[in-house]
This record gives sequence, C-alpha cells and structure tokens, in this order.
Amino acid sequence: MSKKIGDVILDVKNISLSFGGVKALTDISFDVREHEIRAIIGPNGAGKSSMLNCINGVYTPQQGNITFRGQTFSHMNSRAVAEMGVARTFQNLALFKGMSVIDNIMTGRNLRIKSGLLMQALRIGPAAREEEKHREFVENIIDFLEIQAYRKTPVGQLPYGLQKRVDLGRALAMEPQVLLLDEPMAGMNVEEKQDMCRFVLDVNDEFGTTVVLIEHDMGVVMDISDRVVVLDYGKKIGDGTPAEVRENPDVINAYLGTSH
Amino acid sequence: MAFFLETLLGGLMVGMLYSLVALGFVLIFKASGVFNFAQGAMVLFAALAMARLAQWIPEWTGIESKVLANLAAFVLAGALMFVIAWLIERLVLRHLVNQEGATLLMATLGIAYFLDGIGQTIFGSNVYKLDIGMPKEPIFVFESVFPGGILINREDLIAAAIATALVAMLSLFFQKTSTGRALRAVADDHQAAQSIGIPLNRIWVIVWCVAGVVALVAGMIWGSKLGVQFSLATVALRALPVVILGGLTSVPGAIIGGLVIGAGEKLSEVYLGPYVGGGIEIWFAYVLALVFLLFRPQGMFGEKIIDRV
Repeated sequence: MSKKIGDVILDVKNISLSFGGVKALTDISFDVREHEIRAIIGPNGAGKSSMLNCINGVYTPQQGNITFRGQTFSHMNSRAVAEMGVARTFQNLALFKGMSVIDNIMTGRNLRIKSGLLMQALRIGPAAREEEKHREFVENIIDFLEIQAYRKTPVGQLPYGLQKRVDLGRALAMEPQVLLLDEPMAGMNVEEKQDMCRFVLDVNDEFGTTVVLIEHDMGVVMDISDRVVVLDYGKKIGDGTPAEVRENPDVINAYLGTSH
Repeated sequence: MAFFLETLLGGLMVGMLYSLVALGFVLIFKASGVFNFAQGAMVLFAALAMARLAQWIPEWTGIESKVLANLAAFVLAGALMFVIAWLIERLVLRHLVNQEGATLLMATLGIAYFLDGIGQTIFGSNVYKLDIGMPKEPIFVFESVFPGGILINREDLIAAAIATALVAMLSLFFQKTSTGRALRAVADDHQAAQSIGIPLNRIWVIVWCVAGVVALVAGMIWGSKLGVQFSLATVALRALPVVILGGLTSVPGAIIGGLVIGAGEKLSEVYLGPYVGGGIEIWFAYVLALVFLLFRPQGMFGEKIIDRV
C-alpha cells in the first residue's frame, strides 16, 4: 500500500499540562503529517487522553502551543477546533442517547447547514434541497459503517460496539481534515476490533483524512499506523515508525517492565 | 349532556393555559437537561412587565390607541425577556457547563427567587389589571343541538388559538431545523455537542429567549384572565404535574398533559366532588402525576429511559 504523506498539518510543541499538583504531560512535542495515521500509545495513565484533549481544546495546557495548518494557538475551545475541521470520538461514548442513529450523525452536519431557520422549519425551496443533500451524505456514512439496519433506533439501545461506530459516523459527518480517535477499539472483541481497523484504514485511504488515534493495545496500533508516539508518565519516550518504536528499549521497559 | 360538554370545554381551556406554562419547562429541559424552576418566575416577570408597560407607555409617549400601546408593551416586554435570557446565560449558565444536573437545578432555583424579587422591585407588587382587548362576554354555541346551547368563554377560545399556533411553531422548530437538532443534542451531552461545533452558549441564549417568549404569552393570557399578581408565579406549580404526565422532553406531551389535567380537574370536581366533599380540583393533578411516576416515569410521550448496565 503506497499513499502520499503530505506536509505537517498539526504541530504540537512543548506541551505541559498539570491538574493541581499532578503533572499529566511534561514538555511533549510531536508533529502529524497530512494523510497519515498517527498513533499515540502508552500504558494506562500515560497522558494519552490528556494529550488528545489538549489538541481538541477541552484542556488548556499551561505551557506550549499547537500549530494547525500554519496557525499557532496557545489555547483553544472545542467549538473553534471543530470549525477548523477537527472531529473527534470519545473513549467513554458521548452520544446523544435519546436521538436516533440518523439524527446523531446528522448533528455532525450542523456546521454546514446554511439555510435560515424559517425555511428549514417549513422545508421550502433551497432549505429542502439542502436537507436532502445532507441526508444523502449521512446515508452514505451509514452504509459505509454498515449500520443501515439501525438508522431509526435510539442510540442508547444499541450494543456498545455499534455505538462506537455511530460515534465515528458523527465525526465523519463533519468531513474533518483531522480525525481524533480516543481509544476506538477499547472494550471490543477481536472481530469488532478488526471491523473498526478496516473503517479507520478506509477513511484514511478513501478521503485522505489525517487520523490521530490513541490506543493502549500495541498490536492493533502497530498494524495500522504510519508513525507512533509513545508516552509514559506524561513524558514522551519514543517516536517513529512502528518498527523503530518496537525496538526502542525505553518503550520495551514501559510496556514489559524493567528487569532488575 | 350539554352540561357535561360545557364542563369538559371549560376544563380543556384551563388545561391549554397549563400547557403553555408546561411548554416553557419542556423547552429548557429539552435543550439543556435542566429542570427550570424559574419558569413560574419568568411568567410572573413577563406579565408584570407587560401590564405595567401597557400602562406606562401611554403616559410617557401620549399614545392614545390601546392596540398600539399593547403592541409596544408586548414588544418591549419581549425584548426584556431576551435581555434576561442573555444575562442568565452570561452570568449563570456559562460558568456551569458540564456540571451536574442538580447544580443547574439549584441555579435555576436561585434565578427564580431573584426574578420574583426584582420584578416586584421594578414594577411594584400590587395587583395589576392587564387589558389586552380580550372579549369578556361569553357566547353560546350548538344552540340547535342542545336546548340553550353551550356556554363558551370567547377569551378562552382566543387563548386556545394562540397556544395552538405557538405549539405548532415550536414543534416545527424542534423537529425540522438544524438548530432544533442541535438543541436536542446539547440536552444529551454538552461535551459531545461542543466537539461537533455546536455553540453551547448561543444555543442556551436561544432556548431561554424562546422560553421567555412562551412565558410572556402565558403570563399575558393568565394575567388578562385573573389580573397580574404574585400568585401567577405559583401557576408554575400547577404545570409540574402536566410535564410529569406529558413527559419532560415532549412538546406535544406538554399540550396533551395540560388538556388531560385541565379536563380531569373540572370533571372530577363536578362529578366526583359531591361524593367526597369537594376540593378535588386542588389535588387531582398531583395524584395523577404520582400515579404516572409509579407506572410510567417518562410520561406519556417522553423519551424512553434507557439504562445500560
């Protein structure tokens, strides 16, 4: 498989984040190139989710900055990040439980719906055509994720693995340039993990979407990512291709423990 | 038969007014997952503003026409509700994003007392008449079917028409527009809503504005019927069983809940009252609500409560 890796789209520089006295991240720097699949791995509590939340604007790091497509930010908010074309999924599912699958994914189109309120309410003229266009887009995502049978089901009633797919679908509906995935395979069985890997690879392949994903399952990550950052206790201990990272003695120690 | 229909219609009309207040609860709950205790205070505040402005505007500007004065008062009172909505978001809600529902509930309790107080400080605490030109004299219908016909209050008929229009508009808004979808999304999960670019702050201002307008309409109709006074705030308590019955998340539920309770109150008072010594009207709604809480806690039309373990 050959694909074109572009320039640096997201550049994280010297990020430090602490909660009270607890240092979650210390001086982390790495970059993400366009069209690549970049993984952040590390044992539990290594600061992976904190890192993702800094990029996503949920947390504001005390030090450091993030450059996205040439613009540098020292603090962000989730909404502005979304407007710039970054979508995310959540480790502990954050779906709109009472709403149907299709409505959940439709919310991802919200930023792109332009018609006025009144026109939308009455479904007249351009508003009707616009709604139809977005519905079609959402139906394509539903087909892609193979959840056609559940489109009208309230999301809260779906099993966990399918909810994860809806979460991904909602993020995809935003047509993001960068997709942040927070442990997309957590809590899944082998078959579900394989499905999810396939979806991530297909999205990356077909739409050229840059993917930043967090996992603690090393096996999965090594198979699908182009480059890997390894965190441990909030510090970066490795960065490179899966093969390089696998050879890195610090990484081996962090995962397997040191022999004394 | 005629008497039964008359009682039923009277009940339905009162129920429509309960529905209007209940609608305010539902709106804010749908959009923020907050049970807004301040809805009653908002009704009182809006009605006070409307009544006093309708009286002050002719004094200030010398406008003679009653219609014009009322219209100006309505617009100004509406604007005032928008300002309040904006202030509530700016000063209270913005600081409570991602907090527990109970925290937000307590905040609305505080807002309720504040609005009760400030409304009476600004507008005075007497009983004010609110004359919006509603026809007071009743009419008789179906005279050919029943001897003497059925007595209907024209005021109630107009109120029902206004309420129906309001509900139709709100249903379209929630079901068909992207903002409506965003509102429902925000109610379910703040964090996720933000991550897909839904502007939480703007959504909250919008929904409190809409709730403010609904409160104004409710306050205006109730006020024109009963006069504007402090007891209006307690109308909200009558709307509580309505939302339990209809479901906290359902606009049609608020309407049907209101109608059921309005009609049930009157019918039970008239037909059961004599056997148990009367006074049923006062507690009927609450007992009905309790029964619903026992057997169908999400109400008639509320979103099904799903809990995965």
